[in-house]
Amino acid sequence: MKVSLEWLRELVEVRQDAADLADTLTNGGIEVGSVDDLNAGLAQVVIGVIQQLDRHPNSEKLWLCLVNTGEKSFSVVTGAGNLRKGDKVPLALPGAELPNGVSIQASKLRGVLSEGMLCSAEELLLETTVGAKRSAGGILILAPEAPVGEKLAAYLGLDHHVLDLELYPNRPDCLAMVNVAREVSSLTGEKTHLPKWADTTQLPRLPFSEDIRVVIDEPDLCRRYAGLLVDDVKIAPSPDWMRRRLSAAGVRPINNIVDITNYVMLELGQPLHAFDWETIEGAVHVRRAQAGEKLVTLDKAERSLDPDMLLIADDRKALGLAGVMGGLESEVTAKTRKILVESAHFAPVSIRRTGRRLGLRSEAANRFEKGVNPYGCLAALGRVSELLVRLGAGQPLALVDEVGRLPGPRQVIFTARRTAEVLGFAVSERDLRLVLDRLGFPFKLEGDEFRVEIPSYRMDLEIEEDIIEEAARLLGYGRISATQPRGGQTEGRRTEQQEFRRRLRHVLVGAGMDEVTTYSFVRAEADAAWGSAEDAVALLNPLREEQGVMRTSLIPGLLEVANRNVSRHNLDVSVFEIGNVYLADQPDRPLRRLPRESLRVAGLAAGKSKRHWLTSPYVHDFFYLKGIVEKMARELRLSFVFRPARDEPLLHPGRSADIYLGETKVGVLGEIHPAVAKEWAPERGVVFELEVDPLFRQAGMRLKARSVPRYPGVQRDLAVVVPREVPAVKVRERILELGGELLQEAEIFDVYTGQPIPEDHRSLAFSLHYLSPERTLTDEEVNALNVRIIEGIQQDFDAEWRKE
Amino acid sequence: MVRLQEEVRRLEAETLALLAKTDTLDGIRDLKVKVLGKKGTLTALLRQMGSLPPQERPLMGQIVNEARNKLEQAWNERERLLEERILQERLEGERVDVTLPGFRFPEGHLHPLSQIIEEIEDIFLGMGFEIAEGPEIETDYYNFEALNLPKEHPARDMQDSFYISEEILLRSQTSPVQIRTMERQHPRLPVKIIAPGKVYRKDDDATHSPMFHQVEGLFVDRGIRMSDLKGVLLNFSRQMFGADREIRLRPSFFPFTEPSAEVDVSCMLCGGAGCRVCKGTGWLEILGSGMVHPKVLAMGGYDPREVTGFAFGMGAERVAMLKYGIEDMRLMFDNDLRFLRQF
Repeated sequence: MKVSLEWLRELVEVRQDAADLADTLTNGGIEVGSVDDLNAGLAQVVIGVIQQLDRHPNSEKLWLCLVNTGEKSFSVVTGAGNLRKGDKVPLALPGAELPNGVSIQASKLRGVLSEGMLCSAEELLLETTVGAKRSAGGILILAPEAPVGEKLAAYLGLDHHVLDLELYPNRPDCLAMVNVAREVSSLTGEKTHLPKWADTTQLPRLPFSEDIRVVIDEPDLCRRYAGLLVDDVKIAPSPDWMRRRLSAAGVRPINNIVDITNYVMLELGQPLHAFDWETIEGAVHVRRAQAGEKLVTLDKAERSLDPDMLLIADDRKALGLAGVMGGLESEVTAKTRKILVESAHFAPVSIRRTGRRLGLRSEAANRFEKGVNPYGCLAALGRVSELLVRLGAGQPLALVDEVGRLPGPRQVIFTARRTAEVLGFAVSERDLRLVLDRLGFPFKLEGDEFRVEIPSYRMDLEIEEDIIEEAARLLGYGRISATQPRGGQTEGRRTEQQEFRRRLRHVLVGAGMDEVTTYSFVRAEADAAWGSAEDAVALLNPLREEQGVMRTSLIPGLLEVANRNVSRHNLDVSVFEIGNVYLADQPDRPLRRLPRESLRVAGLAAGKSKRHWLTSPYVHDFFYLKGIVEKMARELRLSFVFRPARDEPLLHPGRSADIYLGETKVGVLGEIHPAVAKEWAPERGVVFELEVDPLFRQAGMRLKARSVPRYPGVQRDLAVVVPREVPAVKVRERILELGGELLQEAEIFDVYTGQPIPEDHRSLAFSLHYLSPERTLTDEEVNALNVRIIEGIQQDFDAEWRKE
Repeated sequence: MVRLQEEVRRLEAETLALLAKTDTLDGIRDLKVKVLGKKGTLTALLRQMGSLPPQERPLMGQIVNEARNKLEQAWNERERLLEERILQERLEGERVDVTLPGFRFPEGHLHPLSQIIEEIEDIFLGMGFEIAEGPEIETDYYNFEALNLPKEHPARDMQDSFYISEEILLRSQTSPVQIRTMERQHPRLPVKIIAPGKVYRKDDDATHSPMFHQVEGLFVDRGIRMSDLKGVLLNFSRQMFGADREIRLRPSFFPFTEPSAEVDVSCMLCGGAGCRVCKGTGWLEILGSGMVHPKVLAMGGYDPREVTGFAFGMGAERVAMLKYGIEDMRLMFDNDLRFLRQF
């Protein structure tokens, strides 16, 4: 809502300037988004007096004036011929940016320097009534007493500040100037001077017409339909003051009739519409549109209607979309002589639906959607008839008023005690009387109960808490001090599951990975490739196609991150994300219940580690990322089993593994299949993705400490040569088995292929650690065990002992 | 005897000269053996003492012993000197350029939003709040209706949401967790939670992202006042933005709170004097809040005549942008490693 301060001052005493008033309103809960100064263009325009007036030496059409502004005289060239010596005129100084957009510079005109410009009323966008009669068609000539040197805007008392209110949905009343004035009065304590037509009980002194019949077919959608019949309509432009106020409010002036309806809407908040009476055949109906019915609206578009839309119609045809936009056929034109001004109350639901479906926005629809005072219809017509007469735009003849179901009066009861309890500061009955008086709400005090009559324009106030907020607002939120909640201490801690997730994040960061956050919605095809198409949940209204479905895998998002970084030459990538995937978990579309949200952790690595003079860089390959997954397992006390992946067509068949916790598959790890990798920037990339919650359920959160062994252990290295296809993990498992309980650990420290190992074999070197909790082991014992292991492995895997 | 005496003197002088010229530890050890060893030259001279008359022997013995002591002393001296020199050479040889970089342990980086959310969580955990969670895909009931936003309520226009079906949508706020928590916890008191999480709205520009993170707060108990809201949020703001921060409440509107308040914190960049970031006002809007609407308490199963509560919600991105001076929200979802590696 754009509020012209000049207009507002007519309705309420305003002692503050625009910026201070904006602060008062904002701090009172009516947020002012911006303050525009429409006078900015007049900032460099001062009043000067013509000291000398001569013909331009080089032109017969131009004049050369010497203009004095008190301190200084300026030599100015002008083309206007309406000036006399001694005239007081507006002088735009160099640097001025005039309201009509012209910028003024000192420049030579026909060889003579002009140090500014004398302005006409039009150039300053002023009303033609401001200056002397001689102003017409030339420079604006001001009254003889105009003070030389003063700014023109200050002299004319122009206050063209406009406050743009960003209203919350609970305050549609402030879409009316009179209610903004009431709000200002409540917040500042200044008096309103609302004229009588602001009073909703004020009826226009006109007879009720007997020959207009209004039929409300939909009393739930139209609570009231009032009309004013006007004869002797004389279409003309409306006066400057009205045009100026409309423009300031962002409404384009059209002609006196349309302007009056818009003006009253802005003033009182009641949307109005004028129909050309001659085009109405029979009764006025408020009905639903028929399927397939057509209407050409004022914007000349043909609209296809449906029964969800409410129409104003006559006996034969649609006249307009109720509360949204009129029809072209019944539009007021230059030829119109008789009109019906509609002042009705339509239910927000129907207006919103109609507006949505047709993609139509209008000031009227905006007000109806948010809520219009159902008791304001007749008062608005009273104001319209007054303006019609004042402007000589037409002769009000009669009224019609069909009343449907109007809401009853509202009373809210509240107490000072409860107010103080909720707000947390002392509130007296005197405070509350002051608040209610400022609001102008009638009330009675019975015992400690205030019984407040809520005026019909304050549709947001229904319960005690609403009035408590009014009290807080008017007394000032500044009175609320900071207190500590009473009551006992509570223990705040993360649940074990929350703590687990937090640790997971930190473990991965500790391993050198960077955390990323990607959108939960992704391109459908990418998600289908990596996730599960049948579980995908699609958005009905995505912002863009590439954000069409909720992800069922985190990998596409990570691939996109890698792609973007590599294209920006961030080639070495090691990133992870912890976030939900969204699985429909049901065959029905549309969904019958909420999808399942499952937390995942996924990582992607490509490129290599940073170069460093001490070490050679390691490649971000399969074993790098596996190392990270293993580190994660160690730190979270999990034991993963890696098995060659099955059924992962997007991963390299020889470099991918399924990750198991016990017998449950919880994730996958692998290099991206070269055929897939072609589509994106990093040449080779490795990914993993794991379900988080199974890890949490399995994680050994409770630590049981063991004491330090009392006897020294024995370390032996052992290399075995086995066929290549034998998985290392099998060899290790067998070694541990053969070593018995004295063999504590067997770790692979070297893998070797090449001479002299046979081509289809490889050498695996293990570091074995023997330990007994009861005694110091002898060499003989350990040697015997080593022999047993070697023989066992040879037998099982056709392995040879690699002798050093 | 004179001859023998001279020979000892000569040997002593020769050996001392030789010792001074020898500059390896092995060399001086060899020399020691050669002169003082069992078969050494000085030892041999001592043996020749037998050929002297007995009365000269003690004197001769004294001469030889003096020479021996002198040589041993010189030898020890020389050994110490050489050891010292060797150590010096070794130290010199082992000198490194200490300005070269050390071993590089790769460091990872938490996403700025994770850091901010964790920090917010820790502050509220410290005040005795628990962390609650709820689904990101929600029903219309929890996201709107139970929060006093019936269908066709004009306040629904405040947010444009992403829909899955007519009744299921991506939550546009973390507030549904309020209702879910109250339902789960009813009738126990207090209900004292924060709920961080992702939310979704159809906006996309420098200060809006279609997905962003909110942290919701809810505290319901007997006798909770609006001043308690201010106390808790003041405590939070000071821990988050600095001990000398102040906050102010301004009237506002949310369908699920009444009275409602916008909360501003004094600008941490200019200290409230007014700057570009706070647009000269000295205040920065950080969150929306208010007293839980009686209808919302009732929807959660609590009797609004018996309990009151406050609720608040803040955008984690907004907090991160203020705290780290990030100007464009989209940077946080762009995931450029050069951006992320600053955190």
